Amino acid sequence: MYKIIVLVKQVPDTRNVGKDAMKADGTVNRAALPAIFNPEDLNALELALEVKDKYPDTHITLLTMGPVRAAEILREGLYRGADAGVLLTDKAFAGSDTLATSYALSRAVRKIGEFDLIFAGRQAIDGDTAQVGPQVADKLGIPQITYAEDVISLKDKTVQIKRRLERGFEVVEGQLPLLITAHSTAPDCRPRNAKRLMKYKRATTLSERHNVSDDYLSANQKPYLSITEWCAKDVDSDLAQLGLGGSPTKVRQVENIVFQAKESKVLTTDDGDIEWLMQELITNHTIG
Amino acid sequence: MNNVCVYCEIEEGKIQDVSYELLTKGRSLANQLNVKLEALIIGDSLAGMGKEVSKYGVDIVYLADDKRLYPFTTLPHTAIAVGLFKETQPQIVLMGATSIGRDLGPRISSSLTSGLTADCTDLQIGEYEDKKAGKKYENLLYQIRPAFGGNIVATIVNPDNRPQMATVREGVMKKEILTESHKAEVVNIDVNKYLNDADFAVKIIERQIEQSKVNLKGSSIIIAGGYGVGSKENFNLLYDLAHAIGAEVGASRAAVDAGFADKERQIGQTGITVRPKLYIACGISGQIQHIAGMQESAMVISINNDPNAPINKLADYVIQGNLENIIPKMIKYYRKNIIAPCPLRGGPRG
Ligand SMILES: Cc1cc2nc3c(=O)[nH]c(=O)nc-3n(C[C@H](O)[C@H](O)[C@H](O)COP(=O)(O)OP(=O)(O)OC[C@H]3O[C@@H](n4cnc5c(N)ncnc54)[C@H](O)[C@@H]3O)c2cc1C
Repeated sequence: MYKIIVLVKQVPDTRNVGKDAMKADGTVNRAALPAIFNPEDLNALELALEVKDKYPDTHITLLTMGPVRAAEILREGLYRGADAGVLLTDKAFAGSDTLATSYALSRAVRKIGEFDLIFAGRQAIDGDTAQVGPQVADKLGIPQITYAEDVISLKDKTVQIKRRLERGFEVVEGQLPLLITAHSTAPDCRPRNAKRLMKYKRATTLSERHNVSDDYLSANQKPYLSITEWCAKDVDSDLAQLGLGGSPTKVRQVENIVFQAKESKVLTTDDGDIEWLMQELITNHTIG
Repeated sequence: MNNVCVYCEIEEGKIQDVSYELLTKGRSLANQLNVKLEALIIGDSLAGMGKEVSKYGVDIVYLADDKRLYPFTTLPHTAIAVGLFKETQPQIVLMGATSIGRDLGPRISSSLTSGLTADCTDLQIGEYEDKKAGKKYENLLYQIRPAFGGNIVATIVNPDNRPQMATVREGVMKKEILTESHKAEVVNIDVNKYLNDADFAVKIIERQIEQSKVNLKGSSIIIAGGYGVGSKENFNLLYDLAHAIGAEVGASRAAVDAGFADKERQIGQTGITVRPKLYIACGISGQIQHIAGMQESAMVISINNDPNAPINKLADYVIQGNLENIIPKMIKYYRKNIIAPCPLRGGPRG
């Protein structure tokens, strides 16, 4: 049996920024975007679930840092097969860059306790930085294997992983404990399981239960319906390393870019227009 | 001390282009700061590498030469870089936003508690005022990158922590030899000072590096497809046009995410940066992250059924309408008007 932690993040769906989500000043209305389970974090969860398929005693804990609302993806993970969820939420985390985020996550991992494997998505689609996985590994002092597309084998303390590189691949072997980041070419995550959906539908965090006394009661009766929620103090973190203050990188300025509009010639789909354009491109030696 | 250092990446005995590009940029940053440019090369059989990089204006080359150091694995390279940087204290460290740089960079930055900005599209030197703390800083590295949330570009600085670290994608900076005769001081690092057995915890069992099938950087004409292309099958229209006129096919991240095209075709901030003679954008809206990778194209044609698509502003020619109708006509009228047949090149059908 293995103890696994999967790092997950709720992100705005950057892939579907329709015209409706654009404000007049050219910026995105984040509130108009659906919040989703970061895609590669689902690949990470699947890799963990495959371990559990093989070693059913395996215990999978999902860990996320984010606003109260991020509990949504913890429930989603429970529906798909994870055993427990932890939400790390605190105003003190606001404005964290990747390093401050990694510090907070590493503190939460320590609080969860012993582990054999940590899985994380390679990167989150709202930043594409791919930094949090390796930085958490560093803070915990364990090796990392990035860009995993397959867990080839796992036996005792030895794991073999196929890594997807920009050009080509590698098979590497490491000793647990270690941290693995999942690449989008890893298997897609299995869908929700109907029974688990019924079971965990009412799983909530303390903040979510705040004003709902009935749910609070039921959560008290069934411990699995209570999603763990921790704040900065709970994970015994050094406030100086959190949030904006704990982030070495600062945003100096954010600039709205206005493109210098070119003098462009507008054409239609008419045959005459297209033929004219192709002749133009051939005559001025752009093509041909 | 306080120099600019570039971590140089090696594949099959050759320093990668992205490293030369960063050395070129690093040289100009070092000039502005009036400091030296350093290169750190970690690998196996590095004789001659010092000479190779010095042409780009490097003043000091650090060589960590040991047969255990190639191919790249995370921990040994981290241990050497961290150990060296603690002694040499560079103010700026640059690395490629590659499979290697994106694995190593965050590890180093965490070890040294220094800030790291990923996928910068520009690097400059400038000042910074922290009004709250009442502090002014001079000569900081501006790490400039598009930010999610519209046509916005953020300038990131690391006021207090050193080194200031940034990764940059291949093709963003231009590679330029300073002078063939430029000489660098070569320093051989005693690797055993920094390494221990535990650093070799992860072993490579098998490794296969494939030659890239796509040559976007070397193409003078690029036909790029976006989410508006609609499907993988429709991308064949683009390959057909590419085949006819001798071009390479690129894609937006939305098209790659939707599975219409391979990741190696992605153009933009987190893909590749191109500067072709002609860029034909088909069904691409023109978000800042995409524009970042193609705005230096000499000529742009936008094919889009939305007259207000932002990319149209950058276009020399805008063809308004559905690309399904337009592209076949482009092929037809190209064939009709061209005199000599062109050599076969381009896409999967090429
Ligand atoms: C951290 C980060 C990094 C990113 N990096 C990149 C990057 O490197 N490269 C990149 O491209 N993007 C990148 N993006 C994504 C970027 O923000 C946009 O989401 C993406 O570029 C949009 O792609 P698109 O223009 O193809 O799709 P859309 O914005 O959906 O545009 C589709 C266009 O097709 C047009 N269209 C639809 N149907 C037709 C038709 N039949 N005929 C003609 N036109 C049609 C529409 O009018 C529209 O203009 C990144 C985003 C983030 C957050």
